[in-house]
Amino acid sequence: MIEPLATDEKVVFERTEVLTDHALHYCPGCTHGIAHRLIAEVIEEMDIQDRTIGVCPVGCSVLAYQYFDVDIQQAAHGRAPAVATGIRRVLPPDRYVFTYQGDGDLASIGMGEILHAANRGEKITVIFLNNAIYGMTGGQMAPTTLPGQKTTTSPFGRDTAQTGHPIRMCEMLNTLVEPVLIARGSLSSPKGINRAKKLIRQAFELQHQGFTFVELLSTCPTGWGITPTDAVKWLDRNMTPFFPLQVFREPGAMPDASHKYAPDLKVRDEA
Amino acid sequence: MAGQRLLMKGTEAIAEAAIRAGCHHFFGYPITPQTEIPEYMSVRLPPLGGTYLQAESEVAAINMLYGAGGAGVRVMTSSSSPGVALMSEGFSYLVGAEVPAVIVNIMRGGPGLGNIAPAQGDYLEMTRGFGHGDMHAIVLAPSTVQEAVDVMGLAFDLADEYRNPVVVIGDGLLGQMMEPVSFPDTEPKVFDKPWATTGKAKSRPRNITNSLYLDADQLEAHVRDLDVKFQRMDVEQRAECWMTDDHPEIVIVAYGTMARIAKTAIRQLRAKGLSVGLYRPITAWPFPSRALEPLVEPTRAFLTVEMSLGQLVQDIRAQVGRRRPVSFYGRAGGVVPTVEEIISQVELLHASLAAA
Amino acid sequence: MAGTDVVMAGFGGQGLMAIGKILAKAAMDEGLQVTWLPSYGPEMRGGTANCVVVIDDQPIGSPVVRQAHAAIVMNKQSIDKFEPTLVDHGLLVINTSLIDRRAERGDLRTVYVAANEVAESEGSGKAANMVMLGAYVGATGIVSPKAVEYAIAKTFEEKPKAAESSVRAFRRGYAAAQGQPS
Repeated sequence: MIEPLATDEKVVFERTEVLTDHALHYCPGCTHGIAHRLIAEVIEEMDIQDRTIGVCPVGCSVLAYQYFDVDIQQAAHGRAPAVATGIRRVLPPDRYVFTYQGDGDLASIGMGEILHAANRGEKITVIFLNNAIYGMTGGQMAPTTLPGQKTTTSPFGRDTAQTGHPIRMCEMLNTLVEPVLIARGSLSSPKGINRAKKLIRQAFELQHQGFTFVELLSTCPTGWGITPTDAVKWLDRNMTPFFPLQVFREPGAMPDASHKYAPDLKVRDEA
Repeated sequence: MAGQRLLMKGTEAIAEAAIRAGCHHFFGYPITPQTEIPEYMSVRLPPLGGTYLQAESEVAAINMLYGAGGAGVRVMTSSSSPGVALMSEGFSYLVGAEVPAVIVNIMRGGPGLGNIAPAQGDYLEMTRGFGHGDMHAIVLAPSTVQEAVDVMGLAFDLADEYRNPVVVIGDGLLGQMMEPVSFPDTEPKVFDKPWATTGKAKSRPRNITNSLYLDADQLEAHVRDLDVKFQRMDVEQRAECWMTDDHPEIVIVAYGTMARIAKTAIRQLRAKGLSVGLYRPITAWPFPSRALEPLVEPTRAFLTVEMSLGQLVQDIRAQVGRRRPVSFYGRAGGVVPTVEEIISQVELLHASLAAA
Repeated sequence: MAGTDVVMAGFGGQGLMAIGKILAKAAMDEGLQVTWLPSYGPEMRGGTANCVVVIDDQPIGSPVVRQAHAAIVMNKQSIDKFEPTLVDHGLLVINTSLIDRRAERGDLRTVYVAANEVAESEGSGKAANMVMLGAYVGATGIVSPKAVEYAIAKTFEEKPKAAESSVRAFRRGYAAAQGQPS
């Protein structure tokens, strides 16, 4: 039982109601919890809890459906953008649909689904947590693992001659015409976290205009095998140079409409 | 248009029947011999305010069904054997999360890329649960274009009633042929879906579409609940017994297009004085054992005929056991057993019974 | 009536599928049971194309026919392929515009018609298929010419000119079959 507040006390912080009381299962120093709270706060601040449907992935955040107090679907590995497409296309347009995905889910097994959802301009928000490793399965190499980075399946360091370089999702999606917001933030500092929340808010606000994508560089002290404090330094030192913190696409900075070429399409005119 | 006879291709009739059953949302990927279904949907659904979306793959399509079905609408996809195989994972998720949806499989020759000719080689794949885990789904196997129309409405009702995906299987012949059809003039049944993820009103707890149960005891409880539901589906058994009232000596067993080819053979055999009838499963799962059982004692021998090398016959042998001989004739790879081949098989069987 | 069936074969583009559908629709409108089954797939693209129509007054079993009662053949490959498969005393409707031989089997009933020339004389070379359909219907009486003409009109609902030339071509084929088969 919580004591009632004395009248002269001032509330300076409250937990968002959009998160449930369920205790998070994430490891100490993991930034998933922060990302969850930022999303939940945005939903609360926009007052859209009753109109939001979430889709969670397979990966460490597989249990995210326990934490967000919104209608939510748990998707197969990598398929969250397809599931979100199904939801978005059949529900009234005032709904907000978001996916929450990690790098293995989104940039490896789910590469086809994310590219095509973005290319179709699905009116959804994708929150992409990039921690350069597979967390849930215990620290294996991800498509975003850095060159030379040791993981349990790249024990001598990622060999780019064998496995290629890390995939930069924002940059790749930025080649497409349809997305309206593509941005990368970082959860390695309070400043970065504040910026990340602004990006998430912007994404939700723009969602009904088109596809919105926010990548958040994240830590995985357990998978990386270092302490939480070292993990944020490691992120800043190693990940940020390769994954620059940047807004790649936003309204007003849309790709040149000269993409609107004028092809000669006189086929099947009878149809 | 209700009641009126229209000449329609099987694929197009299936699509129209789905729309009339209240399915206004379709997600799919082109593959022969069923591409007229998505083509038809792409014309018909947008003006109805529905969704036609060409997915990037069958994998994406089945997951779009998961999202849409989870959000509470009637939704379907269609594909053919190799494409359907790609949907197996998503199908299991539909069952696990109890999401209704309808999947049409217009079967073609396999394995592998096989060919685009008609086949029934997916019977075991479809009827044994079609996905990882302990699971089942109702499988409907129409034999004519009219029956395909009739089972589409049934498929959506069963999917909603049991909150489980339903499969409709046909072969390339059923998909490509035209026959006169008429559509029922009944309004689609409407099911209450308080579980749908449509946005959480303040008055209710959130809805979750989920198949994950990390705790083993919880998952077992969930799977047992599903199993009770699968057992309840047993009442949906459907079969046709044709020309069996006079207790024929030989009963041919066949489903789908194969069964109607067998009917022509039976007419000709009867004209020659042979005593032959037909047992035709309409639900490939649940296997319609109740209709088969009364035929076992009076029948001297069964002959199962398939456009595959012996799949349905396993279910027949499992039930008939040693009580009566069950022989088999099948062709594969898109080759369809002919009326003449069936006749000669029955004549051989009849001769061997006479000699015994 | 006893059930019957007809295979229609020729090059892709000669309109065999179309006349199969028209015949099927005419049969349906006359209250009969009918199936129309195409050969499908890559062979549709420019090679030989065929379809089979089965007509009966009771529910139709097999839509697949190995030994047809009749064949409409519009090119050489088709007569070579389907003549040997017809039932005894079956009917063969031959397009002499593109087939330079007679039927080889002595038992068959035959109708010879120069479908392309006849169609061209009616103003549309495209309607050779309608001439062939007319010859088949004239030789068998399986459906009334009126039902076929109605089905043609429905098929070309938005192209009245094509409908008119098709009906004329159909009538010419129908008339050509009178006096034949021999």
